[in-house]
Amino acid sequence: MSLTKTDKTIIVTIWNKIAPQADSIGTETLERLFFSYPQTKTYFPHFDLSHGSAQLHGHGTKVVNAIGDAVKSIDNISTALSKLSELHAYILRVDPVNFKLLSHTFLVTVAARFPADFTAEAHAAWDKFLSIVSSVLTEKYR
Amino acid sequence: MVHLSGEEKGYINAIWSKVSIDQTGAEALGRLLIVYPWTSRFFDHFGDLSSAKSVMGNAKVQGHGAKVLTSFGDAVKNMDNLKGTFAKLSELHCDKLHVDPENFKLLGNILVICLAEHFGKEFTPEVQAAWQKLVAGVATALAHKYH
Repeated sequence: MSLTKTDKTIIVTIWNKIAPQADSIGTETLERLFFSYPQTKTYFPHFDLSHGSAQLHGHGTKVVNAIGDAVKSIDNISTALSKLSELHAYILRVDPVNFKLLSHTFLVTVAARFPADFTAEAHAAWDKFLSIVSSVLTEKYR
Repeated sequence: MVHLSGEEKGYINAIWSKVSIDQTGAEALGRLLIVYPWTSRFFDHFGDLSSAKSVMGNAKVQGHGAKVLTSFGDAVKNMDNLKGTFAKLSELHCDKLHVDPENFKLLGNILVICLAEHFGKEFTPEVQAAWQKLVAGVATALAHKYH
């Protein structure tokens, strides 16, 4: 699975549209994750996950900024996210199934906020992109 | 066996009452074929599915999407008995259609995204969570009679 030129153009265009709302998109993505998939909360016993929590906001920002980093280095996601990949493999060890869940709630958030821009083509490109990001983050797991 | 609280059923019904079944059904099936092109393996007889444009404009996709979502309406009417409601359809998908149940999960998530797109802010995390439970329950019910 690799990104075509068209995919990349779409991904960057959408990113530029959503970047100004990156913080709140990150928070909403995580809130949706914890509501729909409560088992994901097991990775955050040390967090206050209530609505409006500073930790939730901070972590959401971190996650979306990392997605932004991948967009900015779309031709070399592996290198751009190398440190994050190691972090997930050796320290965090989040089960790979959860990357699909997070990708899904990110797409739901974007769809809800940018209905006109989230065309079927944009949906397909971003689903692919997040799938690749997830692969990069799990590539050092074993 | 999915258990939905009164509140969750309320969320689901509130959204469902405003859904245009034909339009959303076509949208959901179309997006399934575009986002996960390998799902077209079940629809070789539908004609041109080679591009996003041709998929969305394909009359057979639109018709079938409407059919699928109409059937989903039975789920909304029978949230406490999804397995019973979809028993016959489950057998059909296994014995005649030979559909990998993984596809039910894919379509369920695509439907959730379509609803998010249509309802925006109204599709809150709580509302989404209720819908995720329902689509998961439907997927399980449709796979229940597989052998």
